[in-house]
Amino acid sequence: MNTRVREVKGRELKDENQEMSGSSMLIQALARENVDTIFGYPGGAILPTYDEIYRTGIRHILSRHEQGAIHAAEGYARVSGKPGVCVVTSGPGATNVVTGIADAMIDSLPLVVVTGQVATSVIGTDAFQEADILGITMPITKHNFQARTVEDLPRIIREAFHIATTGRPGPVVIDLPKDVSIASGMFHYDDEPNLPGYQPTYTPNKLQIRKLAEAVTKAKRPVILSGAGILHAGASPELLEFVEQQQIPVASTLLGLGGFPGTHELALGMAGMHGTYAANMALHEADLLINIGARFDDRVTGNLEHFAPQATVAHIDVDPAEIGKIIETHIPVVGDAKEALRLLNEVNPQPGESVRWRMKVDEWQQEFPLWYKEGSEYIKPQKLTELVYEKTNGEAIITTDVGQHQMWAAQYYKFDHPNAWVTSGGLGTMGFGFPAAIGAQFAEPDRQVVAILGDAGFQMTMQELSILQELNLPVKVLLVNNASLGMVRQWQQLFYEERYSNSLFPIQPDFVKMAEAYDIKGYKITDENEVAGVLEEAFNYNGPVVIDCRVHEEENVYPMIAPGQGHHQMEGVKP
Amino acid sequence: MRRTITATVNNTTGVMNRITGLFARRHFNIESITVGMTENPEVSRMTFVVNVSDQRGLDQVIKQLNKQVDVLKVRDITDEAIVARELAMIKVMTGSGQRGEISDLIAPFRATVIDVGRESVTIQVTGDTPKVEALIDLLRPYGIKEMARTGVTAFQRATKKSNDQTRYSIIN
Repeated sequence: MNTRVREVKGRELKDENQEMSGSSMLIQALARENVDTIFGYPGGAILPTYDEIYRTGIRHILSRHEQGAIHAAEGYARVSGKPGVCVVTSGPGATNVVTGIADAMIDSLPLVVVTGQVATSVIGTDAFQEADILGITMPITKHNFQARTVEDLPRIIREAFHIATTGRPGPVVIDLPKDVSIASGMFHYDDEPNLPGYQPTYTPNKLQIRKLAEAVTKAKRPVILSGAGILHAGASPELLEFVEQQQIPVASTLLGLGGFPGTHELALGMAGMHGTYAANMALHEADLLINIGARFDDRVTGNLEHFAPQATVAHIDVDPAEIGKIIETHIPVVGDAKEALRLLNEVNPQPGESVRWRMKVDEWQQEFPLWYKEGSEYIKPQKLTELVYEKTNGEAIITTDVGQHQMWAAQYYKFDHPNAWVTSGGLGTMGFGFPAAIGAQFAEPDRQVVAILGDAGFQMTMQELSILQELNLPVKVLLVNNASLGMVRQWQQLFYEERYSNSLFPIQPDFVKMAEAYDIKGYKITDENEVAGVLEEAFNYNGPVVIDCRVHEEENVYPMIAPGQGHHQMEGVKP
Repeated sequence: MRRTITATVNNTTGVMNRITGLFARRHFNIESITVGMTENPEVSRMTFVVNVSDQRGLDQVIKQLNKQVDVLKVRDITDEAIVARELAMIKVMTGSGQRGEISDLIAPFRATVIDVGRESVTIQVTGDTPKVEALIDLLRPYGIKEMARTGVTAFQRATKKSNDQTRYSIIN
């Protein structure tokens, strides 16, 4: 990566049991947690910390809006598996990261977010730039802290990293009052946090594993639903071994893509609202459903009354609260996906008699593949995604926002490896994909990172083009530009009798000129014949690129399970 | 079904906020919450009376509570041998002529009159919820002017004689 940023030099670890300021403790603690990159934005209450950042030279990526910083931290966390660290100031700085925190919470991304706070002496007085960020983020964090004394700070930081990265990962907020970051105290950093109320279960109950193994042997129509838990646990090799041993087809959730190779013959692709016919029908007809690290999101299940009606449900999850939350579960396995699959592979159950089932599933795949109509005068967004797949040999890191472009990317980009797919799943956050791509590029400096975005979502966080310019970060921004809020427009067409209320964008900036204003290469494509060439040129260029690709504005995402319908009631499964 | 759940929690600022916020955002239906210090000043004990529709709903309440970092231990003690008590103060409209009658009425409940006014008396009663409710029912015809209840706090008995209902939970 061709960056002009100073590399981390601030690794001079100070000795323990030394007197130092709170902000110094924070930077020392970050170094001990092997944090190499901070995403953030300064402000009044966090000034002492920024002074320490300046003096130590720890790498800090300056966003142009706090939302950019937190989504970048998310992208970094999603790709690296390490906690993303975000530092912002109090009040508006802190409230600007709320969306990202909620996004990380629902998609289980490990983040440590440090928010500045007004001095303890004025907390509660409606002081300048004061916001009750502890109260605001309580429901959208795995846990949060306010450091009330400098002596508490090292313990709090250690606990924050521990909580964020263990069990089911999630965001943790540390609220740091200005006087605490200035005050000086003894720095002591314990390795083992003392948290009696937080003891995640990693090793599953052997009895449940045995029950699951028996169910596998008995099953005639088994299917696996593979979620992001596979990625968090790093369980892809174990899953592949299990699947190949047992010959069980795998449907993936949106966030789980890449956990199992997308081009594998047993891969059914994504399940759910815009999933493949084969994945959804397999879930519907299965007699054994093994959910590994997914949370039965409503976009996956459709109408619960029709969900997997004949299946014995087994659910492996590190978070016990997910088991039985949505679907009655017959074989609950609380534990780490990697460990659970390892134990299952150890038991190595006799595969069930499911040859006919696999033939049936194959038939669905052959008969009802993903489809779109080619050959019109417009660029088809599906075709565009396929070309991105081709031109990157399926090896790029892809980030997206939420909506149509996201669904097409999920459908047509076959992820063969884990941690290459960065998308806002649970919260469905517009404006996520672009800054997330920046974070992803920092996590994987040598890989191709492509942000596939809608024109509307890009306009929510496009100010971060500054980072690409400043650091010459080779992120490729590909706008699937349909001059509308595509998914909103699609729903208005299908369910609101084509009353396109506020979903069409008749006026847009000239994205090429805008890229050029940031000294970034810009392309505009309107003809399908140009797509391959421009993509090739862009991907071969070692620097940032913005490609504004005008696609068919009325294209809809299919197939589809309409709201309230079950998996067997998909629409648009054939041309 | 109505269940009594106790939890020991870290006695830190905001812990009550965490728990009530959790109940509110998950749409758990609570009848009462009590909280107070325990023999260990760093630990508080909470007692919840919750209304859940089924076992799965109950499991969710317990699991979501367990997920909180500041929650140390959660237990559904409804079917265990427990002592559960609440305190109620009831201000009853009464002229001087009825005071004796009310005293007789509350005596079997071991309730006491803790305040007397010209037109009312205030009665204090402690006990389990059915007992408190029974007294309230008896007092209602006199006209209840005001009432305050603490909610239930509960404890397991020293000698455990469970009523033997098998419960299924993947946590316990």
